[in-house]
Amino acid sequence: MQFLNYAIDLVAVLLLALGIKGLSKVRSARSANQLAAVAMALAVIGLLFSYLGTPSFSGQAWIWIIVGSLVGGVLGAITAQRVPMTSMPETVALFNGCGGMSSLLVALAAALFPGTLDDGTLVAVVSIVISVFVGSITFTGSIVAMAKLQGWLSTPPWMQSKVRHLVNIALAVVCLVAAIKLIGSDGSSQGALWLLVIASGLLGVGVTLPIGGADMPVVISLLNSYSGVAAAAAGFVVGSQLLIVAGAMVGAAGLILTQVMCDGMNRSLVSVLFGGALGAGASTAGGGGEYTNITSCSVEECALTLEAAERVVIVPGYGLAVAQAQHTLREVTRSLEAAGIQVDYAIHPVAGRMPGHMNVLLAEADVPYEQLKEMDVINPDFPATDVVLVLGANDVVNPQAKNDPNSPLYGMPVLDVQQARTVFVVKRGMSAGYSGIKNDLFELANTSMVFGDAKKVLGDLLGELKELGVGKK
Amino acid sequence: MDSLFLMGAATASQTPPLVNALWVLLLGSLLGLELIGKVPPTLHTPLMSGANAVSGITVLAALTAIIKADGSIPLLALGSVSLGFALFNVIGGFLVTDRMLAMFSRKPARKENS
Repeated sequence: MQFLNYAIDLVAVLLLALGIKGLSKVRSARSANQLAAVAMALAVIGLLFSYLGTPSFSGQAWIWIIVGSLVGGVLGAITAQRVPMTSMPETVALFNGCGGMSSLLVALAAALFPGTLDDGTLVAVVSIVISVFVGSITFTGSIVAMAKLQGWLSTPPWMQSKVRHLVNIALAVVCLVAAIKLIGSDGSSQGALWLLVIASGLLGVGVTLPIGGADMPVVISLLNSYSGVAAAAAGFVVGSQLLIVAGAMVGAAGLILTQVMCDGMNRSLVSVLFGGALGAGASTAGGGGEYTNITSCSVEECALTLEAAERVVIVPGYGLAVAQAQHTLREVTRSLEAAGIQVDYAIHPVAGRMPGHMNVLLAEADVPYEQLKEMDVINPDFPATDVVLVLGANDVVNPQAKNDPNSPLYGMPVLDVQQARTVFVVKRGMSAGYSGIKNDLFELANTSMVFGDAKKVLGDLLGELKELGVGKK
Repeated sequence: MDSLFLMGAATASQTPPLVNALWVLLLGSLLGLELIGKVPPTLHTPLMSGANAVSGITVLAALTAIIKADGSIPLLALGSVSLGFALFNVIGGFLVTDRMLAMFSRKPARKENS
């Protein structure tokens, strides 16, 4: 019997590892995700199986298991089905926070009822402390990240100042003191336990709140890594090797993914975590935000230029996603393609709100995967491009990042759209992007602004193209 | 070092010996570092979401808490709430990842049709 349990656990770990591995390849991603889900189910079955027949595993326990599973599972399934693709980063943050909460609750249970879950050794107490600390930070941090992305929460001004470092350091010290007290009392000091829960929860808020919206995906990825650590610590508490190995795996993989994301945005993890919002100091450094030489044009002109083009590149940004315009965009590009115009999409690594987010949104609108070109692939093509259509993107097409060493954006990889013959920028107004920095592109001679909501402009554009007879055979 | 080892070994039936557990932790971490090498940016969001679902593996801890509660209602309730949170993470996470990935995989088929 014991042997069978080990076998189930080993197979589950193997499948989980293969699942995470497969998720990093486009071809295998979907089946890999299903594989990981199977592995998780297997792990749960294995655990239930190993405790079958033990005296404490009564009908009463089954009732609590079923109630908990039903509530959590059904809510999770509904959320997963209902949530719009545009708010994917928020959703991941919410799920992640709940994972952290789960680890926190198990550690709390172990601490409040010593001897039932853990064996009361020093190792168990230290694990409880780690699980409470990391679980609490993960929960509050993820919830704050979600609230900020949803726009429910904005950063209070004092959080932008240096004071926040003092507050966070003070909170960290309180956590440390509470942890030491808890360990010193062999886990029996309830005062220290609650102090640790509250202080680490506040620390999660204090660290996440000042971080700007553009950096939020990196933070979510990091918190994702933390929830793995919290799970591994919970594994030490309840004595589950499977939990330790899976938690450690997610923790480490999450760190790598965080690093990959930082590289894509040309930001270091340290500057994301402690630098605060990028725009805070930038509005002064960027040399004034006034635009002087803007050319704006009508949708008709835009349609006429598109009709005469041979090669068109679309640069989609988050503004497109917010306006839910990806489907209208697809219709526009269909009629252009029908007229024999070559259409590609230039995808900046951080287009949308999270790396890869834009690909998901365009895939939702049926854009063929092969037309999505990554930045390094499409950049050499811009000089040979007739028309670039920038839709709700801003910072990722700012030439300052290449030309102006004083710009806060300097060094960030950008799309060289200004090399194309004509650039149309569809934008609601002259407001700045996430970074709060002026975009020199808008003042260039070959750039025209088309003001309006992306969905409305694209709808009008589609009408104009039809009137011109573009794409009709 | 010696005393730590004994502490783990003494309760081997309940907790994995500390040294074993630390080995598992070390190897698990190394495995995680190696698993994700080069990820195309397209997959960052789904991968993060999928890894997030896997981190809901704390269902195991929550289940253990319920099973070991031995009739204690507060412990049963804590375990049950914890299980709910963890399953919200797991089921929601896997489903939403699948929803995203489904959009990628159906693309080539559609193109052949049209």
